[in-house]
Amino acid sequence: MSSDAILEVQNLSVSFTRAGKEMKAVDDVSFTVGAGETLGLVGESGSGKTTIGRALLRLLPNANTTAKGSVRYKGQDLITLPSEDMRRMRDRLQMIFQDPLSSFNPRRNVEDIVAEGLVIQGKPAGERKARVQSALADVGFDIDLVAGRKPHQFSGGQCQRIAIARSLAVEPELIVCDEPVASLDVSVQAQVINLLQDIRENRNLALIFISHDLAVVKNVSDRVAVLYMGRIVEIGTGPQIYTRPAHPYTRTLLEAVPVVDATRKIEPDGKRTVMPSRNRPQGGCAFRSRCPRATEICAEVVPTLRTAPGGQMVACHHPHDEPASGMAA
Amino acid sequence: MYSEAARPILSCAAMTCEMDSVSGPLQILQDINFTLAPRRALGIVGESGAGKSMLVKAIMGIAPKGLKTKGRIELDGQDLLALKPKQRAWLIGRKVGIVFQNPMTSLNPFVQIGRQIEEAGCIHMGLSKADARSRAIELLSFVGIPDPEDCYDYYPHQFSGGMKQRIMIAAALICQPDLLIADEATTALDVTVQKEVLDLLQTIQAERQMSMILVSHNLGVVAGRTDEILVLYGGNVVEYGPTAEVFRNPRHRYTEALLSAMPAMDQPAHTRLRTIPGQPPNLANRPAGCPFAPRCPSAQAVCHEIMPPMSAGIHPDHRFACHFPLAELPRPAPQEVAHVQ
Ligand SMILES: Nc1ncnc2c1ncn2[C@@H]1O[C@H](COP(=O)(O)OP(=O)(O)OP(=O)(O)O)[C@@H](O)[C@H]1O
Ligand SMILES: Nc1ncnc2c1ncn2[C@@H]1O[C@H](COP(=O)(O)OP(=O)(O)O)[C@@H](O)[C@H]1O
Ligand code: SF4
Ligand code: SF4
Ligand SMILES: [Mg+2]
Ligand SMILES: [Mg+2]
Repeated sequence: MSSDAILEVQNLSVSFTRAGKEMKAVDDVSFTVGAGETLGLVGESGSGKTTIGRALLRLLPNANTTAKGSVRYKGQDLITLPSEDMRRMRDRLQMIFQDPLSSFNPRRNVEDIVAEGLVIQGKPAGERKARVQSALADVGFDIDLVAGRKPHQFSGGQCQRIAIARSLAVEPELIVCDEPVASLDVSVQAQVINLLQDIRENRNLALIFISHDLAVVKNVSDRVAVLYMGRIVEIGTGPQIYTRPAHPYTRTLLEAVPVVDATRKIEPDGKRTVMPSRNRPQGGCAFRSRCPRATEICAEVVPTLRTAPGGQMVACHHPHDEPASGMAA
Repeated sequence: MYSEAARPILSCAAMTCEMDSVSGPLQILQDINFTLAPRRALGIVGESGAGKSMLVKAIMGIAPKGLKTKGRIELDGQDLLALKPKQRAWLIGRKVGIVFQNPMTSLNPFVQIGRQIEEAGCIHMGLSKADARSRAIELLSFVGIPDPEDCYDYYPHQFSGGMKQRIMIAAALICQPDLLIADEATTALDVTVQKEVLDLLQTIQAERQMSMILVSHNLGVVAGRTDEILVLYGGNVVEYGPTAEVFRNPRHRYTEALLSAMPAMDQPAHTRLRTIPGQPPNLANRPAGCPFAPRCPSAQAVCHEIMPPMSAGIHPDHRFACHFPLAELPRPAPQEVAHVQ
């Protein structure tokens, strides 16, 4: 896998300083992404998904933020790259956000929004026009029908497609998609997912797909990384993670997915979970206050990633080995 | 069912809501009919703009100014539309608790949460300050807030999204309602917290013997947690029946399209999802026939001309409004229904 990796992230850590306290949002994270591959990044809110995405593209705030480790894109280290070179790198690496509308200038026309990256690249007007037209066509818009319209005249799903077109116009090799379908209705979500899949195939595009919806991630991803409080607790291929999840947190996430299954009657679980503090890091495994399998060693030793019986990597002293019920590869 | 269940806690008959707009009158809800029996849970699903929240607001009498509601809405046997606004608000405050999607807009950021929970109890139940306080603390602990005595004095920003939803649930319970309505109450939460809050709602409903309405655009949220389900499309009820039945054997083409647009956990990666091309209907200018006709792959000429009436197959409790419904599948034996955690 690593031989054809285009993105190699090694020991990435990001900390924010708030009110004099340091908080590790991302803690020693390593992974790779191959050309044309989709890596799903899952975890609950606050687990560090967006921070990883922003760190890769150097889109983190400068103040009170420290990023350490290495992020190599085709051999070049992005963390230390001079800003001028980083700007050029954005032709190849793009990011789209959960709420597309807030990333648009409301007074601009659609075609100007889609051309934004091309203007930064200094592309001549003629080429800009052709690229905007083809990017809009890729997301299912006819430029003659949408030209001149402003963002507020489009629905949520249409805005997300415009955001995708804006990323595509610069012809990137990798796009970080941060919860791109979280705010969409299922019918629109299906359109956007199919669209991303088509583009991925047609352009051999690599994707980092961030979401807390494990059904969506299963559909789009080749490999999946599970984050818990800033650390990768499990990483492997989709089939490994979904059929034989090894980490107790991965299983918790999978069991929480609201699935449409006529044969199930859900019996509510009365247990309360207590979220551990992020400002006072405890020793041992961060998941232990919520973990049904925790033992003494979990309070003492931080589990590190090692190979699980299913072949994926897992950071747990007592990983599961049995298949998850009701899952198919 | 015993005849005890004969008097529903809530029923709507031929309920219609209209509102004026610059582009003419908007038909926001059309001919809504359903009944909710005591201790039962109803799911209301549909896409954004389908009319879910308007239906809830029209029932609660908190719809925006200018909404004209016609038909009959009965709460515990009383005709709500025949009551004076004050009486109606009092009755609803006494019998119905509601939890909305965004706790920040329903919780006052400047008032301690304990006081916010008590307020309705003092007004509607005539509780003394001391009684209201002890009931609020009891409820905070009931919804799983640790250290409820301390939390009583905290302000909303001191809680996470999931905690705030729990506090909203506590506030909705202070008057011991017979009916609890949750409108997208878990939509803004992530999956693990969503599951906890849904589990909590379900537990409370059973323990307190209430009826419940769960409103969501996510079909997975109501599956397995409600007894009946109402599918709204463009302000019309298109399908209504026992939840498990509707999911097992959807009859309306829109319900089926929605279900197959969802990525399923048992599909392999990169499975192409079915989409629903087109847009929901324009409420100012509705098509004459079936509201789904412009987007329906099975539409025939009649669909564009005549509104399909609600009808049923062999099972009178499962109803749908479609000229060309999906085939009826034989029902499985009841013991095949599995109970899972
Ligand atoms: N104050 C208002 N004035 C005019 N029309 C409105 C108003 N509020 C809602 N509507 C319209 O009524 C219809 C139903 O809206 P409603 O809020 O009930 O949708 P919903 O099903 O709850 O959607 P969502 O999933 O987005 O919450 C929509 O077409 C909406 O645009
Ligand atoms: N600019 C920032 N300043 C301080 N803390 C931040 C900042 N951005 C994110 N965080 C914190 O870092 C953690 C991870 O955040 P984020 O990456 O946004 O999580 P996710 O995307 O998984 O929901 C959270 O606790 C969040 O509050
Ligand atoms: S290391 Fe221990 S506490 Fe952590 S997930 Fe594994 S079993 Fe649970
Ligand atoms: S009535 Fe006709 S258009 Fe409407 S859902 Fe049924 S088949 Fe489709
Ligand atoms: Mg995020
Ligand atoms: Mg709503």
